[in-house]
Amino acid sequence: MHSLATDVPDGCFLQVSHLGKAFPGVVALDDVSLRVKRGTVHALIGENGAGKSTLMKIIAGIYTPDAGELRLRGAAVHLSSPRQALRNGIAMIHQELNLMPFMSVAENIWIGREPMNACGLISHRELRRRTRALFERFGVDIDPQAEVRTLSIARRQMIEIAKALSHESELLIMDEPTSALTEKDAEHLFAIIRELRAQGKSILYITHKMDELFEIADEVSVLRDGRYIGTASPLDLTRDELIRMMVGRELSQIFPSAPARPGAVVLSARDLTLEPHFYGIGFDLHAGEILGIAGLIGAGRSQLAEALFGLTPASSGRVWIEGCEVKLDSPQTARSRGMAFVTEDRKETGCFLRLSVLENLEIAVLEGDFVRCGFVRRRAVTQACAAMSRLLGVKTPDLHERIENLSGGNQQKVLLGRWLLTRPKILILDEPTRGVDVGAKAEIHQLITRLVAEGAAVLMISSEMPEILGMSHRIMVMHEGRVTGILAREQADQVKIMDLAAR
Amino acid sequence: MPQALAQRTVDARSRRRARGLPPEASILMVLIGLALTFELLGWILVRQSFLLNEQRLVIMILQVSVIGIIAVGVTQVIITGGIDLSSGSVVAVTAMVAASLAQSSDAVRAVYPSLTDLPVLVPVMAGLAVGAAAGVLNGTLIAYTSIPPFIATLGVMVSARGIAKWYTHGQPVSMLTDAYADIGGGAVPVMIFLAAALIFHIALRYTRYGKFTYAIGANPQAARISGINVAGHLIVVYTIAGTLSGLAGIVTSARAVSGQAGMGMMYELDAIAAAVIGGASLSGGIGRITGTVIGTLILGVVTSGFTFLRIDAYYQEIVKGAIIVAAVIADQYRHRAGGKRA
Repeated sequence: MHSLATDVPDGCFLQVSHLGKAFPGVVALDDVSLRVKRGTVHALIGENGAGKSTLMKIIAGIYTPDAGELRLRGAAVHLSSPRQALRNGIAMIHQELNLMPFMSVAENIWIGREPMNACGLISHRELRRRTRALFERFGVDIDPQAEVRTLSIARRQMIEIAKALSHESELLIMDEPTSALTEKDAEHLFAIIRELRAQGKSILYITHKMDELFEIADEVSVLRDGRYIGTASPLDLTRDELIRMMVGRELSQIFPSAPARPGAVVLSARDLTLEPHFYGIGFDLHAGEILGIAGLIGAGRSQLAEALFGLTPASSGRVWIEGCEVKLDSPQTARSRGMAFVTEDRKETGCFLRLSVLENLEIAVLEGDFVRCGFVRRRAVTQACAAMSRLLGVKTPDLHERIENLSGGNQQKVLLGRWLLTRPKILILDEPTRGVDVGAKAEIHQLITRLVAEGAAVLMISSEMPEILGMSHRIMVMHEGRVTGILAREQADQVKIMDLAAR
Repeated sequence: MPQALAQRTVDARSRRRARGLPPEASILMVLIGLALTFELLGWILVRQSFLLNEQRLVIMILQVSVIGIIAVGVTQVIITGGIDLSSGSVVAVTAMVAASLAQSSDAVRAVYPSLTDLPVLVPVMAGLAVGAAAGVLNGTLIAYTSIPPFIATLGVMVSARGIAKWYTHGQPVSMLTDAYADIGGGAVPVMIFLAAALIFHIALRYTRYGKFTYAIGANPQAARISGINVAGHLIVVYTIAGTLSGLAGIVTSARAVSGQAGMGMMYELDAIAAAVIGGASLSGGIGRITGTVIGTLILGVVTSGFTFLRIDAYYQEIVKGAIIVAAVIADQYRHRAGGKRA
């Protein structure tokens, strides 16, 4: 089925070799090589954080690699901006579409390249004609004059594709294009992709969904932990083999093991639903237990956590805490019921960056014994915070240091400390060690284990397989807003989790 | 996630930063510097001392104490990351309402002929209530709709000015009782200003109210997740600011012994300037009442200094504008360097 390109003998449009890219604290890509042939759909898969996005962004000229080279049609190129990539025939269709909602379809496609009339003004007639001609090329029927905001996500995506084609792009990078589409729209998209392939375009297709991959991909490459694992034809692979390629790492990291002595049920949820994030979620969380929540990005895990904590309450469903039914409609309620929540985004929703370590620690506990007639009992609070800071081993010159000046790991410890001061019964931890260095990570793991041993119940969302497997007593796997399975620690392994997470 | 995570280093800046100096020290230096400059220029240009004149100093503080009272409230609003443009207009409405209830029986055409010679507490409470109501309106608009504070308080600013004019159809309210006029007499406005500053300095530094105010300004999302009732707290803060504007309106009308719809014009901008010169950050989370008091005094020194040197008022405004901008620029440098909160 591969159309034979003329310019390069092996029909290879894009070839990347030995790409490397590091961000502060993280090696995102390590020695990755890949070839994309002309007239093929090349799928790229991997877990969260496997390096897919980084690789794509390098190919699209958004990032420049630290090492390695890119070859287009056999010639080495250096892409320093998306504009340059576009000029070289590479277009990226972003997950979050980049269209201007209040402008027309035609204006969006040709922005910056509008055809002029004799007076030097934009010729709208020519603009419409070109847009129609473009749409005809792949059989789409959209009114060029429609305002983009009036169109569905699926149609906007087609406009993005048309825009890419208007640049005569040879390679289209699609980042999870079906994530916001209905099944019918996805079918239509696949038809368009097949049409483009028949016209000799190459498509680099990033996805989480296995089924899609078997449906449209000619080749599939797997990334894991920033490294290239292999490329194969979906025809030669089973689903299981693919999952093994995605997760087949050695679990060498040692985790502190919390004794499995689950006590009574402290938090119990039934039929929790919040469209379009999650549907019919039910689980029981026991005292002295870590319940891990695994899943891919977009599975609705964080939204579930936010709903439980009352930030964006679920639209239906019931929750019991220690046997009493509760209505978790605000964080105040959740806190007063003994819940605590450390969010996934430390900077956006966790730290008060401009305030001191002390002010960051004390904020959730300013009540009861620590406040008299509205006045904060400074000495008592400071003592409690200093003790907590010592307990957690926060590395800071003193409590009056601005939290901004601390490392990620220490900031995370402070946020944990903020909630531990409230003596919570139920801790919800969303990615508790994201962006934290190895040392602090181990300390945080130990701390969680100790809390659980003391009888706290922990709900831990994590995208890191080793963390989920190493820490949890049970693992709840979510996929597209639904629970696809709850595994006991003994039965859980990477393959089973990935199988449930990527239906 | 790759396991190869690089070891992060603690920001080296934090270790070599100067310690112990309160953040107000730099603005205090500016205040002293400005005063000494006028002193020097005074001897050169008009052969007089600027500072060694008790009367001048009292007048100087008197002139800015109304701005100061407003600025104490505005500082708190700015700490939450908001802004209050309505203060000047609230001064006018309050002045009108309070004055109308403070008329003596000698008044020829009293607004409420049957309500003259009332105890001074009546107009005062009425004025504070008007200010508080404006604050509640500001706070509610901001907390429960998604409109930015700038727009909400801009709307209230325009409407309140209209209400002030509508109240007596533009007629000034005069012939007020002596007891009411006493509120603006002597050093009373200065006392009110300093009392308000002291109360809210304590509130911001030592109470839960203060802690929550800073937290909301520093990160409203994190504040909400920490279990703070952000909407309710914002209403309280704007209500306090409104009430202080009301108090400023009472003082203004008492000093003038009349209520006029044009009172308090542009006061909101002077108050914001005082807070910003004093180190409050418009992006929230930072600001102190002590800074605002010094900022207010800087505005006072500039005003009376130019008058003292008999320089045109035009230049005064030009310089005042420059000081405001310079203060914010200096402030940004300070924050970029990563300051420490005491």
